[in-house]
Amino acid sequence: MFDEMTGDGHGLRAPYKDIAAWIEASGLDTLHRHTAEAEAVFRRIGITFAVYGEGGDPERLIPFDLIPRVFAADEWRRLERGIRQRALALNAFLQDIYHRGEILRAGIVPERLVYRNAAFEPAMIGVDPPGRVYSHVVGIDIVRTGEREFQVLEDNCRTPSGVSYMLENRETMMRTCPELFRSGNVEPVDVYPEELRRTLEEVAPPACSGDPVIALLTPGPFNSAYYEHSFLADLMGIELVEPQDLFVDEGLCWMRTTQGPQRVDVLYRRIDDAFLDPLSFRPDSMLGVPGLFDVYRAGGVTLCSAPGSGIADDKEVYVYVPEMIRFYLGQEPILQNVPTWRCSNDEERAYVLERLDELVVKEVHGSGGYGMLIGPHSTAAERAEFAEKIRRDPETYIAQPTLELSSSPSLGEAGIAGRHVDFRPYCLIGRTIRLVPGGLTRVALREGSLVVNSSQGGGVKDTWVLAE
Amino acid sequence: MLSRTAESLFWMARYIERAEATARLIEMGRRMAMLPGAYGQEEWRSVVAAAGAGAAFGPDDRVGEAEVCRSLILDEDNPSSIRACLDRARNNARAVRTALTADMWEGLNEGWRWLGGVEAETVRRDLPATLDRIRSLSALFRGAAQTSMLRGERYDFLSAGAFLERADMTLRLLDAKYFVLLPETGLLLDNRDRYRWISLLHATSAVRAFHYVYRGDFDPSKIAHFMILNAEFPCSLAFCYGGLRAALIRLANRYGARHDCHATVEKAVRQLQDREMDDIFDEGLHEFLLETLRLNAQLSSELSRAYHF
Repeated sequence: MFDEMTGDGHGLRAPYKDIAAWIEASGLDTLHRHTAEAEAVFRRIGITFAVYGEGGDPERLIPFDLIPRVFAADEWRRLERGIRQRALALNAFLQDIYHRGEILRAGIVPERLVYRNAAFEPAMIGVDPPGRVYSHVVGIDIVRTGEREFQVLEDNCRTPSGVSYMLENRETMMRTCPELFRSGNVEPVDVYPEELRRTLEEVAPPACSGDPVIALLTPGPFNSAYYEHSFLADLMGIELVEPQDLFVDEGLCWMRTTQGPQRVDVLYRRIDDAFLDPLSFRPDSMLGVPGLFDVYRAGGVTLCSAPGSGIADDKEVYVYVPEMIRFYLGQEPILQNVPTWRCSNDEERAYVLERLDELVVKEVHGSGGYGMLIGPHSTAAERAEFAEKIRRDPETYIAQPTLELSSSPSLGEAGIAGRHVDFRPYCLIGRTIRLVPGGLTRVALREGSLVVNSSQGGGVKDTWVLAE
Repeated sequence: MLSRTAESLFWMARYIERAEATARLIEMGRRMAMLPGAYGQEEWRSVVAAAGAGAAFGPDDRVGEAEVCRSLILDEDNPSSIRACLDRARNNARAVRTALTADMWEGLNEGWRWLGGVEAETVRRDLPATLDRIRSLSALFRGAAQTSMLRGERYDFLSAGAFLERADMTLRLLDAKYFVLLPETGLLLDNRDRYRWISLLHATSAVRAFHYVYRGDFDPSKIAHFMILNAEFPCSLAFCYGGLRAALIRLANRYGARHDCHATVEKAVRQLQDREMDDIFDEGLHEFLLETLRLNAQLSSELSRAYHF
């Protein structure tokens, strides 16, 4: 197993030199005290996370682990190229399937997978979003299994969340452990909101002359990511609107203000497709802004991300992303996929059913670590249950090998120990591509656990990219 | 600005002031109940009535300090309780996080979290400290708004809500005193009643300020003048209407439009300027209080209509 700090478990990797010295000099008591201070900061400013369907504290904290995760400059250079490449290919794929569908005609991606996918949005066929951008914020979940082995676990093309943790984790680290930053060697991440605003401005609709008015569309305070919505709106200096604040008139989108209606040009929406517009997507829904989609299609407002972007992060479509990179960009993928077996395929399903005890089985449309089987950690009864589910409904499942995710030193009650981590950078796509050097590192705080999702007891860490 | 934001700011300010007002009412009840010869239950009933929570107690229920504190401070199911007020204030604040400064949010959030963890036993053991903490919570929030908030439309809606609610509080405090005053004994005030008037000053932390302005005796008509007509005392009706008027005028100038609420507040301010305390006593203090509470409700609904919420 690869450890971010020690490599094989015995040495000390160069990027962690300062961290190791700091751990040594601080001692456990000081680190525990800093952790308590950091948590007090989080709670005071109200960075909380609500988990649907679970009892207990409705506004609990995501545990924060004090020990940063570090990338060296050259590691980041390679990651960055891979991330940009992937984000470009995913957008090219969306543009293609909602127009001529060349990749389907070429027989590279099966038509069934696209046209019969619930995430495919027929209403988007032939629509040209400004700049031909569909997914403006692409969150790519990356795991590491060795010194040079980075693999993409999944893509998030709709409305990936968590970037507020990237920003607040850094802010909190700088507040509680300023001595760590004195060398000035850590690339700052606090430009993210500004970069996001620029990205959104670049995709203003044709109907907008002058400076575009941008707003962030949230489902409201009861959404689990509401804190992030308000945080980003605040840092970008834009209005945080709920569907009830918006209406459509004369082919444009307006928000209700104290002085009457004001026009909105770009909506950074953090609300699902289904709840955007009851007229177009979900007639039974009371939520949403009636007529919004028609205004979007006519170029009166830009929706970021575009409706129907979710098809690009479908877990089965994922299998074809390396092919997309070759097809649209004519390049070899820099970041590899994790080998994936599709249970919809007879041969692959047979393979999966034989090896349930060593594979990870996931629902194609699931997210957040729910509905997942981790073979090596499962009981015979659980495996039998999953085998039954797979046979009954093969198209719903994929399987991947159980990866030895890299571990990163983390602070527990008993001391410092390696815990498994993943990494999510946030790539911004407007007329240009922007990537802030950093991202969100999630950590599985339970010993041996491979599930880093915050809904399943995962925590977060500050993530450093070192300057050259 | 979004209408919803204006609405949330307005109501958030109101609920925070209301939480403070309820703490001050309880403080007043505590003082009245400690007076020699106090009826005890009567004083507490008057507090409950003035807090608008009369329905929380039946005619045969015991209404003492413990019961009232449990109901008015901690009971989430009583919409007039301080906890319920802070819950709603915080929900409004959460809905407009971006319109608040970090200092304001942190002040409110911390106070809300504190009160959420307070046990009935703690309140019983040390009521004065609990009430102090509630008052300092709203003071902290106000202070944060004062020093960190841009003087724009958001501030105007916030202060409109605060002044309107504080005007309500003063009226309710006076009314609570009125309830135990019955039957009215005219000018032949006994000592106990005089002390009740003084407890009004204690409840608004204004004993020293009163002396500074009026010198001499705690004369009930001077105290009433202080609380209603004195435009320098920040809890007085005249001061609160002045503040509300200023906030509404700023909005009118900002947006270039006047509405019904502007005419109503102008008229209310003018009428107070022309009033003498004797006139109010002659017409009946209680009637004056009721009429003014109705006027406040009218102002509130005119204001929401004017700004589309």
